[in-house]
Amino acid sequence: MSEIDLRIAAPVNGVAGLRAAGLAAATILILAAPLLASEYWINAIIVPFLILSLAGLGLNLLTGYAGQLSLGAGAFMMVGAYATFSLQLRVPDLPLPLALVVSGLIAAAVGVAFGIPSTRIKGFYLIVSTLAAQFFFEWLFLKFPWFYDGNSSATISLPRGLTVFGLNAETPHGRYYLTLGAVALITLLSFNLVRSQTGRNWMAIRDMDTAAAVIGVPVTRAKLQAFAVSSFILGIAGALWAFAYLGSASVQSFGLSRSYQVLFIIIIGGLGTIRGAYLGAAFVSLLPLALDWLFQHLFSGHVDAGLLQNIQKGIFGLLIMWFLVREPEGLARLLGIRLTARRRLFPSSQN
Amino acid sequence: MTTPTPPALEVKNVSLSFKGVKAIADLSFQVEAREICALIGPNGAGKSSLLNILNGVYVPDSGEIIFEGEHFRRMEPLEAARRGIGRGFQNNALFSGMSVVDNVITGLSRHSRLTLVEEMFRLPRARHEERRFRERAHEVLHLFGLDRHAATIVGTLPYGVQKKVELARAIVAEPRMVLLDEPLAGMNAAEKQEIAAVIARLNRELHLTIVLIEHDIGIVLELAHHVVVLDYGRKLADGPPETIRDNPDVIAAYLGTERAEIAA
Repeated sequence: MSEIDLRIAAPVNGVAGLRAAGLAAATILILAAPLLASEYWINAIIVPFLILSLAGLGLNLLTGYAGQLSLGAGAFMMVGAYATFSLQLRVPDLPLPLALVVSGLIAAAVGVAFGIPSTRIKGFYLIVSTLAAQFFFEWLFLKFPWFYDGNSSATISLPRGLTVFGLNAETPHGRYYLTLGAVALITLLSFNLVRSQTGRNWMAIRDMDTAAAVIGVPVTRAKLQAFAVSSFILGIAGALWAFAYLGSASVQSFGLSRSYQVLFIIIIGGLGTIRGAYLGAAFVSLLPLALDWLFQHLFSGHVDAGLLQNIQKGIFGLLIMWFLVREPEGLARLLGIRLTARRRLFPSSQN
Repeated sequence: MTTPTPPALEVKNVSLSFKGVKAIADLSFQVEAREICALIGPNGAGKSSLLNILNGVYVPDSGEIIFEGEHFRRMEPLEAARRGIGRGFQNNALFSGMSVVDNVITGLSRHSRLTLVEEMFRLPRARHEERRFRERAHEVLHLFGLDRHAATIVGTLPYGVQKKVELARAIVAEPRMVLLDEPLAGMNAAEKQEIAAVIARLNRELHLTIVLIEHDIGIVLELAHHVVVLDYGRKLADGPPETIRDNPDVIAAYLGTERAEIAA
């Protein structure tokens, strides 16, 4: 990674040392986080935050980088979770990390299938196609008991719990490090990818697809690759959501609201940036806590929990509108962290 | 330029219409290899549409395109790029969210031989190709004097500079022929001279066949070896610049009005 960083960050060489120090400090903090945070924080906030970041990253490659709108994030997460369940149940010899990878590949294949319409249609109409994936898999995984091994609650949970190569990861620390490992590795690979020719092809299609084709970008292949990679990541995120965070899951865990949530994460965080997914996920994870705290202190807990939830939704809706209108590049831009080559999604405003 | 070598490009009886309105009517002409061919004619004469047919963006109603001896009823954009037809657009069609150098490297896509896995893990082949692409892009940026803009987001640059980036992107993959739609539009006189000189150099030194649309008649007569005049989708004249200048039809349909405008 250092090699990429040097090249991209060439104009700001003076602060390279500072950045390295910051990176080292952040690494130590991240690795030591479980020792500093309470069990509640790890289980209920940090782990879901990491998984939502991963899901946001997956969708951001498709929507933020390649410009293909999707409301099917939940569906591809669902495929990943159910595939992992099936593999752990029916191929017990396959270690969990490998099962996650295979599930990711299955989700990728599904993503490509539902991405095929993108070679003909775009924008609003493509949303309909990805929405079809959402409804199809909710139906499929409920309709056929084989997918949830016929248990009475129609839920899935890992038959042998979270075990990674024989080690029990069913503890807060285990969940944290398993999730962190997956998220860190995939983030690194995604970084490489968006700075490669494939990443440039995606952005070219996003910014001007006709011109992209004419100058030799293999548009159809690049779009399907975006669906594949995005769904691969979403699939793994889905499996982690089901088994590293929830413990047991059902189709409701990956409903349309999950798809919206992941989409909001990247809109708020910043379309077309890697860090946008993290910022957005942090925002989505921390906002309820912040509001909770605020209402506790303002009204000393006199606000009804149901009302609080509705207020949260209202604030969310307002924020989404505000971001779409005022800052399409999201928090990534707003916080001024623009360390690398700046990527803009809606260029017309600056011409 | 009457050489025994076959023409680089032959447009044969090509017609195109949009919802019944004829844009190009039974148009035929040839472009010799290594020449600069200028397409001129008033707005709406079908010049840009013709380039779009050659690139495969539009499908002609009838007719045929022969590129380097191969016959095509229609082109596909990707196929055209693979065969070495480069393109610069009239209203900059740059990837506005990307840096200048990334825009230019994207023009090299047809030469990329990497798999996703190689790119993700930055395997040696991926590093090597990336280095090669980057070097090539910087070479071309240098040719256009764009070195200092390499890392700038292209959408933030002035129009004239963007035009140069567009040219750089069009030729970075070393095409056999490049189609340029008003490469000098919106530039001041000095910039026009500069770019015209670069175009002449590309033609002379890289033996690039160039088809360009341009409204500045002075520059066309200076730069082109061959001029095709279009009017309402038909060919009005076709020949070396000297003969075009004196053709009464052309003067009436096009040059006359231009001169009147300049005089006014």
